[in-house]
Amino acid sequence: MPEQLVFAMEVILNGLMAGVLYALVALGFVLIYKASGIFNYAQGVMALFAAMTLVGIMNGQVPFAHLINATFGTHIHYFGWNVPALVAILLTMAVMVVLAWAVQRFVMRHLVGQEPIILFMATIGLAYFLEGVADLMWGSEIKTLDVGLPQGINLWLDEATFNIFGYGFFIDNLDIVATVIAALLVAALVMFSQYTKQGRAMRAVADDHQAALSVGISLNFIWIMVWSVAGFVALVAGIMWGTKSGVQFSLSLIALKALPVLMLGGFTSIPGAIVGGLIIGVGEKLFEFSIGPLVGGATENWFAYVLALIFLVFRPQGLFGEKIIERV
Amino acid sequence: MLDAADGYVTEDGRQIGGVVMEMKNITLRFGGVVAIKDISFDIREGEIRAIIGPNGAGKSSMLNVISGFYVPQEGEVWFHGAPRPQMRPYEVARQGIARTFQNIALFEGMSVLDNVMTGRLNYMKTNIFQQALWKGKAEAEETENREAVEKIIDFLEIQHIRKTPVSRLPYGLKKRVELARALAAEPKLLLLDEPMAGMNVEEKEDMSRFVLDVNDEFGTTIALIEHDMGVVMDLSDRVVVMDYGRKIGDGTPDEVRNNQEVIDAYLGVSHD
Repeated sequence: MPEQLVFAMEVILNGLMAGVLYALVALGFVLIYKASGIFNYAQGVMALFAAMTLVGIMNGQVPFAHLINATFGTHIHYFGWNVPALVAILLTMAVMVVLAWAVQRFVMRHLVGQEPIILFMATIGLAYFLEGVADLMWGSEIKTLDVGLPQGINLWLDEATFNIFGYGFFIDNLDIVATVIAALLVAALVMFSQYTKQGRAMRAVADDHQAALSVGISLNFIWIMVWSVAGFVALVAGIMWGTKSGVQFSLSLIALKALPVLMLGGFTSIPGAIVGGLIIGVGEKLFEFSIGPLVGGATENWFAYVLALIFLVFRPQGLFGEKIIERV
Repeated sequence: MLDAADGYVTEDGRQIGGVVMEMKNITLRFGGVVAIKDISFDIREGEIRAIIGPNGAGKSSMLNVISGFYVPQEGEVWFHGAPRPQMRPYEVARQGIARTFQNIALFEGMSVLDNVMTGRLNYMKTNIFQQALWKGKAEAEETENREAVEKIIDFLEIQHIRKTPVSRLPYGLKKRVELARALAAEPKLLLLDEPMAGMNVEEKEDMSRFVLDVNDEFGTTIALIEHDMGVVMDLSDRVVVMDYGRKIGDGTPDEVRNNQEVIDAYLGVSHD
């Protein structure tokens, strides 16, 4: 097999794995957008907030330590205990549910029936507010996150590919785990929305508010539930990205990477978010591999956006989005 | 005969029960516009009660007051002999008041079956964790509710489209699916907002038959809005007539038909 082709295969595999991580972030957007028509700009910050909270709880950090110390002249920073990863994840999830409730209670509830652009602006505000709260609660230093996920090169794959192609692929264990978890997450979400009572109510609300009310569904409850689920997805994404590149404020920028994924996959489709993520992941890696050297590299920074732009021109609803039909 | 506390007997021999719902001096304003002006009437158990009137008379507003979508500035809504506190629409629905909409509000992305199943949501009591496990209680509950839904689907003769996405159905069938969803909730009071609007003669006849059958078979109390006089007179036991937000007539179809004010409202009156 020609050497170039083998390299390309490795690039594609790595692209698929990166795509899964993009898809994870995009998924959070799709959930909220479907159920409430809100484009939640804060999704990326939610992932950051979740990851920071998780690290903070695991390390036994005192929340709002700086604030407390400045007010009372104390010097406390740590409780002096470590919380096991699983317990910390459950506690973080509880925090995300409280956050979902607070967002609904103090922001979204007062904006029901407003223009989409107003709701969007509200989520921008929410993003910066949440970033500030995260900073105040846990501090701004870069932290490492280790919940016990395997990391580093997968030796088995390395050896297997070496035996076949005479060249060992470099695939990170973390990427493989992320792929498996993402697949499970998507399966669980689809099962939830198709086969459970709450899922049915969620789809109902996404479809028609009035009709949902008339069959006795509380919109408020469903929205809190949706924001909680989006918080859970943000937590998963936060764990993956945080483990990969450290928990730091630039984590919230992954939201920007999710945008082209959404334009490709459509804002309203869960499978769309997955396929969109994979296409972007593979596309940008392959482009960098084949065209990158010719134009001086760094194509990964812009490739996804150009691809999204092309899609906007030819298929504005995305691959799987609802077709936009305007009746006159 | 209408004043009897324990109801009355209709011409075709059905026993109508006591008052289920009573509207007392309802006034509803939107800014300076008075949509409903000091209206009172009651709905009795087992009857088909119609609210009629020309366009813009405030009929839909009245239905929205009953179902909690609008909150009147003045007046009280009495349900089962007690004044109802201010409620959100979903709370009203949970009390057993189901409704349909004038401009069909179905879940377009779902199948007919799923749409009708949403009508059963309030009968499903298992919590989110039991639902996630699915086995046992949650599964039994789903089966039980599914049976109730299938019965209604059979009753309204929409078996052949059970799995069809609602968005693909023609208008008349959509109206029927909406009725099915409302019926699935086994309502104590069923509100129909112009169930025959926009239908051809044949569809109107079908719908009339279903409304009568529902009332007959399940004993459901029905309040419906219609501006087609002919249909209403054949269907209903008692009629409220509205015009410009006021009540101008209330009684049996025959009484209403001979009411001078009602005739004026419908045919117009010369002011010379």
